Amino acid sequence: MAIDFSLNVGTTKSKRVKSDKLYDTLIIGGGPAGLNAALYAKRKGLQVGILTQRIGGQVLDTKVVENYLGYTKITGEELMREFEDHVNEYDVPISDEMQVKQIKCEEYKEIHTTTDEVYKAKTVIIATGSIPRMLGIPGEKEFNGKGVSYCAICDGSLYQDGIVMVIGGGNAAIGSALDLSRIAKKVMIVHRSTFRADQILLDRLNEQKNIDIYLETEIKEIKGQSKMTHVITYDKDTKLEKSINVEGLFVEIGHVPRTEYLNGLIELENNGEIIVDSNGETSEPGIFAAGDVTNVKYKQIVIAAAEGAKAALSATEYINKGKH
Amino acid sequence: MAMIDDNSKNQIKTIFEQLKEQVNVVLIVKKEECETCSDTQTFVTEMTDISEKLTLEVLDESDDKAKEFGVTMYPAIILLDKDNKDYGIKFYGIPAGHEINSFIMGLIEVSGAGEQLPEDVVKKIEAINKPIDIKVFITLSCPHCPGAVAKAHKLAFMNKNVNAEMIEANTFGEISTKYNVSGVPKIVINEDTELLGDQPLNAFLSAIENL
Repeated sequence: MAIDFSLNVGTTKSKRVKSDKLYDTLIIGGGPAGLNAALYAKRKGLQVGILTQRIGGQVLDTKVVENYLGYTKITGEELMREFEDHVNEYDVPISDEMQVKQIKCEEYKEIHTTTDEVYKAKTVIIATGSIPRMLGIPGEKEFNGKGVSYCAICDGSLYQDGIVMVIGGGNAAIGSALDLSRIAKKVMIVHRSTFRADQILLDRLNEQKNIDIYLETEIKEIKGQSKMTHVITYDKDTKLEKSINVEGLFVEIGHVPRTEYLNGLIELENNGEIIVDSNGETSEPGIFAAGDVTNVKYKQIVIAAAEGAKAALSATEYINKGKH
Repeated sequence: MAMIDDNSKNQIKTIFEQLKEQVNVVLIVKKEECETCSDTQTFVTEMTDISEKLTLEVLDESDDKAKEFGVTMYPAIILLDKDNKDYGIKFYGIPAGHEINSFIMGLIEVSGAGEQLPEDVVKKIEAINKPIDIKVFITLSCPHCPGAVAKAHKLAFMNKNVNAEMIEANTFGEISTKYNVSGVPKIVINEDTELLGDQPLNAFLSAIENL
């Protein structure tokens, strides 16, 4: 048995954010954007804290990262551990397991959590990222956790020698298909148009003998009894519907921004993304945003981290100008 | 060859400085038909060797003492405190991979150095007055799973009515099929209430209240 350890219990557990203190900036979100914002804000001398659901964010669900400059190949988890350790060097308080219910702009910005705690700051940086996009087809909710999965690294090993399908055409989908091809007997990858993943990944995909590729194909319905057993696909070229036996379906069709708690406080795109200018400012003075939650088009770790730095620098300038 | 390399050992050693009191780890194995028992024994031996505050007793399922723990699957790990008090905290299968984190958190918890919860949450947990059995199905490659396991174990530690076990889904295929596990972490409370994903403590508590 191969034993591989993913040790991430902190050796120096950071302090938690205090509800009776006024911060210069509070960052919501602990992914690359949030952590880098904390680093930059703290180095500028701001009183800063992070409120997050989980430190590391969705990068934790990425098996391997090969496009973060300086790391030829690193697991998503290790990379986030490096980020976290770096921030911990600066003694930034971090509260995890926190979910924000509402942000209010009173004398200062107030962040209300679902556990009814209130945190106060002069500025807020929103870096709440995104959640997996659902297909929105019949059977998807019913079979969630009963064959339908949004985390290939979590659930892939449950399909040893099984027949699985990956939906999507981006890097995440191809990466998952490649990982699953080493576990399952057969992997099908289905995408409604053409692939938009990196060529280097597509080359690897084409080398795998147990992966079948269905392009210009849509998923219509997921069916089964107590577990999913098959899907109905629709080939856009031949206009034919097909029923295909599948034990596990991995949905990798991108993400939707996590902004539902904002309730009209700041301007959003129609797709829910926060509108930011080139400095990370939102429509509300003193509220900044960075990373996958914003309308910056490309969702990449390096871009989210850089946008986090920009938002922190903008927040610093805002405070220094005494605008709060 | 050592299962845990020196680098990891040193990291774990630093974490184990948090251990407050002694923790007695019991591992129950089965001689035959147990593919992972010997690896688990090596792993737990190496882990408990890292700190003087940890002891290990390895029992065979046929031992009378083993039967007292009411264990039905092997390997099984039980964490007892310094006075050998059993809080109902179990691991079925090797807690390696990502699950090394929940194993470490369990040891710290039982040593008495677990994270302090807000007072209102403590009150809610202490108020649980019916027998609660929590099964958390996991895989070793799942980053969200240790959080769910640690929370279930924390409930067991804080209230004697709660028993909580981690079950490695690939090792125990039969029970995983029985509980229809095809996504992890899958949390099963008292046989029929199911939660999917690393749920916050409040979700565990409201599921328990609604039983």
